[in-house]
Amino acid sequence: MLEPISISLSSLNLSTLAPMLVAIGGALLILIIDLLKDGLHKSLYVMLTLLILVVDLGAVMGLDVNQRGFFDLMLVDGISIMAQALILVTSMLFIPLALTSKRFHEYSYPEYFSLFLFMIAGFQFMVSSDNFILIFVGLETASLALYTLIAMHNRPNSYEAAVKYFTMGALAAGFFVMGSAIIYATTGSVELYKIAEVLQNRMNETGLMVAIIGGALMILVAFGFKLSLFPFHTWGPDAYEGASAPLAGYMSIVPKLSATIVAMRIFGMYIDIGVEEIRTAILVLSVLTMTLANIMALVQGDVKRMLAYSSISHAGFIMAAIALDTTKGNSGIFLYYILFMFTNLGAFSMLWISRHKNSIFHDRFDHPYEKFAGLVKVMPIGAVVMALFMLSLAGVPPFSVFWGKIYIMSSAVDAGYIWLALVMGFNSAISAYYYLKLIVYMFLQDPVNNDGTIYYNISKPLMTIIGIAVVATVTSALYIQPLINYISYMVGASGY
Amino acid sequence: MDNILSILIFFPALAGLLGFIVDKNSARAYGISVATIEFLLALWLWMSFDGSNGGMQFIEMVPLIPDFGISYYLGVDGISLFIILMATLMVLLGMIGLSIKKDMKNMIISLLFLEMTMVGVFLALDAIIFYLFWELSLVPMLYIIGAWGGPRRVYAAIKFFLYTFFGSLVMLVGMLFLAYLYHDVTGVWSFAITDWYALVLPLEYQIWLFIAFFFGFAIKVPMFPFHTWLPYAHGQAPTIGSVILAAVLLKMGTYGFVRFSLPILPDASVAMITPIAVLSLIMVIYTAMIAYSQKDMKQVIAYSSVSHMGIIMLGVFAMNAEGISGSIFLMLSHGVVSGALFMLVGVIYDRRHTKMMSEFGGLASIMPKYAVIFGIMLMASVGLPLTIGFVGEFLVLLGFYKISPIMTLIAGTTIILGAVYMLSLYKKTFFGPVTNKENNKLEDLNKNEMMSLLPLVALVVWLGVYPKPILEPIDNSVKHLVAFMDKKAKTQEAKDIIISTTVIGEEK
Repeated sequence: MLEPISISLSSLNLSTLAPMLVAIGGALLILIIDLLKDGLHKSLYVMLTLLILVVDLGAVMGLDVNQRGFFDLMLVDGISIMAQALILVTSMLFIPLALTSKRFHEYSYPEYFSLFLFMIAGFQFMVSSDNFILIFVGLETASLALYTLIAMHNRPNSYEAAVKYFTMGALAAGFFVMGSAIIYATTGSVELYKIAEVLQNRMNETGLMVAIIGGALMILVAFGFKLSLFPFHTWGPDAYEGASAPLAGYMSIVPKLSATIVAMRIFGMYIDIGVEEIRTAILVLSVLTMTLANIMALVQGDVKRMLAYSSISHAGFIMAAIALDTTKGNSGIFLYYILFMFTNLGAFSMLWISRHKNSIFHDRFDHPYEKFAGLVKVMPIGAVVMALFMLSLAGVPPFSVFWGKIYIMSSAVDAGYIWLALVMGFNSAISAYYYLKLIVYMFLQDPVNNDGTIYYNISKPLMTIIGIAVVATVTSALYIQPLINYISYMVGASGY
Repeated sequence: MDNILSILIFFPALAGLLGFIVDKNSARAYGISVATIEFLLALWLWMSFDGSNGGMQFIEMVPLIPDFGISYYLGVDGISLFIILMATLMVLLGMIGLSIKKDMKNMIISLLFLEMTMVGVFLALDAIIFYLFWELSLVPMLYIIGAWGGPRRVYAAIKFFLYTFFGSLVMLVGMLFLAYLYHDVTGVWSFAITDWYALVLPLEYQIWLFIAFFFGFAIKVPMFPFHTWLPYAHGQAPTIGSVILAAVLLKMGTYGFVRFSLPILPDASVAMITPIAVLSLIMVIYTAMIAYSQKDMKQVIAYSSVSHMGIIMLGVFAMNAEGISGSIFLMLSHGVVSGALFMLVGVIYDRRHTKMMSEFGGLASIMPKYAVIFGIMLMASVGLPLTIGFVGEFLVLLGFYKISPIMTLIAGTTIILGAVYMLSLYKKTFFGPVTNKENNKLEDLNKNEMMSLLPLVALVVWLGVYPKPILEPIDNSVKHLVAFMDKKAKTQEAKDIIISTTVIGEEK
C-alpha cells in the first residue's frame, strides 16, 4: 500500500514561483481584457505589459539569495535573480518600441502582448532551475511563444523566419531531450547537483564517462542551436531578417542570455568535476563562432543581417567565458550582456525607426547599407547616435561594450588562456571593419535618392528608448564599478 | 590650478560639443579661439611646471573602477609636457591655415575632439585611460581623412583605422596580462603605469610583453614593415589631416615606447636593442630611397617622415640620457618641421590642385616668400646645424654611438640621404626656368598662410640656436627615467648597457 504523502505548503516555498506567476497572471489578464472589450488601442496593452513587468521585477528583487522551492525544482540563486532582472529590464526597454508612429500588424493583437509575457515566464523558469525537465519546459514555452511573435510580423519572410526557427528549435529540443535521457540513464537523476555527486564518485569508469560526455555533447549541440553557435547558426540571420527590428534585437539578448545561464550551470558543473573534453569542445565552438560569424558579417549587404552575424559573434565571445569557469569569467558574462543589451537594443531600435512599410531601397532588404548613405547630411543626430552604437559594438573605449570585452579578455588572461584573449582581440579588429562600413556609409558618402523620409517610423517613445540606450552606452565607465561589485557578489554567492 | 590637466583634456571636448550650436560661418573663428585658449592653457602649464623636477607633476587621481584597478590618473613630466605644447600649437596653426571649402564646422568639431584625445594620450598615467584616448583618436582622424581626402580617401581612412586598431588590441592583451601579473604579485588590481614600474618581471615574460606592446606602438610609429598604411593615409588626407598625423599622432607610438616599454620592461628593451635598431636602420635608409623616387611632393615628405621616425626609434633604444632626450627633442622638431612641410605642400596644392613635381619648376621666382620658408623647413628637415632638426639628430647619434658605432655610422647617412631627396625636390620645384605657363600667375603666400607658417619658422630658428629651455626639463625627466631603469634592470647585460652609458653621460 502506498504511503500517504503529506507535504506542508510552507516547504514548497511558493515565493520562488512568484515572479513567474506575476507574468503568467498578467498574460491571462490581457487575454481577459480583450475578451471583455474589443478594439482597445495598443498603447493600453503596452503600458499594461510594462506595469506587469515592473511588478515582476519587484517580485524578483524581493527574492532571497540561494533558496530552493517547489519540490526542489526551483533554484533561486544569485545567478537566477540577476538573469531574471536582466530579462525583465530588457523586456521593459523592448516593449515600448511597439509605440511606433506607423501601424504594424502584430501590435493590433492583444495576444501579442500576452504571448510576450508567457515567453518571459518561460525564460524565468529556465534560468531558475537546475532540473533538466523544468529547464526543458521553460525553454519550450518560451521558444514556442517566440516563434509566434516572429510570425505575427505578417510578411512572407517573417513566416519563413518563424518556420525556420521552429524547425531548428525542434531539432535542438530533440537533442536536449536525448542528451538528458542519456545522462538520466547513466546517473539516475535529472538534477544537476545529484548528477555531479554521482559523477564525482565514478570518474574512473571509462564506459560511464563516454556516455556522460556523449550526453553532454548532445546538450551542447542543443545549446549550439539556441545560442546560434557555429555550425548551428544558419537559422540566425534569416530569423533576424524576418523578425521586426526590435524583436531581432530582443532575440539577440534574452533567449541567448537564458541559454547561456543554463549552459553555465550544466557545463560549469562538468568542468568543475574535471571533464576537460567539455571545456575543449566549448572553446573550439566559441572560437569558431566568433571568427567565422565575423567573416560572414563582412560580406553582408544588409545592416540587419550584419547585426545578426555580429550578435552571433558576440555570443561566441561570451560562450568562451563559460569555458573558463572562473567567478570572474562568469561575472563577465553578466557584465557583457548588460552592456551589450543597451547598445545592441539601441542599434536595432535605430533600424526600427528607419523602417518603411515597403522596401524602397532594395528589392529584398529593408535596411541595405545604401539606405544610410550620407545620413549625416540628412539627420546629423541620428547618424551620430548610430555611429556611437557601432563604435561601442566594435569595442572602442570608453563605450559600454569595451568594458565587457576587457573584463572577459582579462578573465581569459587570468585563467591562463592568453591565446584566447588574443583571438578575442583579433576578432574585435575584424569586426571593426563591418561596423566601420556603416559609419563610412553614413558619414563619408553622399545620400542616394533621399527624400528626407529615412526616419519614417519615429515617435516619442522610440526616441526615449534610444535616448536611454545612448546615455547607458556613453556613461558606462561611471556605473561599471557598482555593477561589477554587485555581479561578483551575486555570482560568488551562488558558488560559480 | 591643481586640475589643469583635466582642463587641458576636457576643454576642447566641451568646446567641440558646444560647437554643434555655433553657426556654420563662424565655426572657423570659434575653432581658432578655442585652440588659442587651449594653447595658452598649455603655456600656463609650462610656466607652472617645475623644470628641475624629473618626476610626475600635477598628478590627479580619481578611482574609476577600483575593483578592477582602473582609475582616472593623470600626470605630466618633461617628456610629455612639450609634446602637449607642440600638439596644441599644431592644432592652432593648422586651424589658422585651414583652406578647406566644404563642411568647415564638421572639420572644426572633429579637430577639437581630436585635440582632446591627443592631449589625453600624453597625460594619461593609467593604462586603460591611455588606451581609451589612444583608440578614440582614430575616430576623428578616420572622419577627417575620409570626408575631406583625395579620391581614394575611404580606402585610406579604413586602412589607417584597421591597421592601428589591430595593433592596439594586441597591446591591450599585453596590458591585461601585466595587470594580471601585478595582481599575482601584490594581490591588488592596478592599471596605473607608475604601479607597473615597480614590477620586476622575469626576462621571459618581459620579452612577450615587449612584443605585445611593440605591435601597438610600432604600427603607430610606423616601423618597417608596418609602415604601409602611412603613405596611403598621407597621400589621401587633406592638409590638416597630414599635419596632425605627422606632427602628433605618430609621436604617440614613440612616446609609448618611452612611457611603457623602457621603464616597465628594461631587460627586454635591452635584449631587443639589436632587432629594433636593425628595423630602424631599414626605415632610415629604405624609406629615404623610396622618398627619392617619388614624383608626388607629399609622398616625398610622407616617406621622409618614416625615415626620421627611424632615427627617433634609434634614439629611444640608445638606453642613455643623450639618446632618449635627443629622440624626444627630435619628436618635437619633426612635429614642427614635417607639420610645416605638409602645410607648404597644401599651399601649392590649393593653388594648382596637383602635387606632382613635374608640374612645377622655377617657383622661386614667382613665389619668393614661399620658396624661402620652404627652404628653411627643408634645411631643418635635413638636419642642418643651427636649425631645430640638428639638435635632436645629433644627440640621438651621439647616444647611439655608445651602443654601436657601426650602426650609428649607417644611421648617420640619414643626413646625406635626407639632403639628397629634399634638395632634389627643391631643385625640381623651385629652381630653373618656369616651364609650366599655369605657374606664372600663382599668388604668393597670403595672410593666413603666413600667420600659420611664421611661428614655425621662428621656432625652427630659435630652438635650433638655443634649445636649452626645452632640452633641460626633458633631460631631467629622462635622467630620472634612465636612473630608474638602471636600478630596476635585472640581467647583467641590461645593467652593463644602461650603467655604462649613464656614466659617460654624467658622472654620478
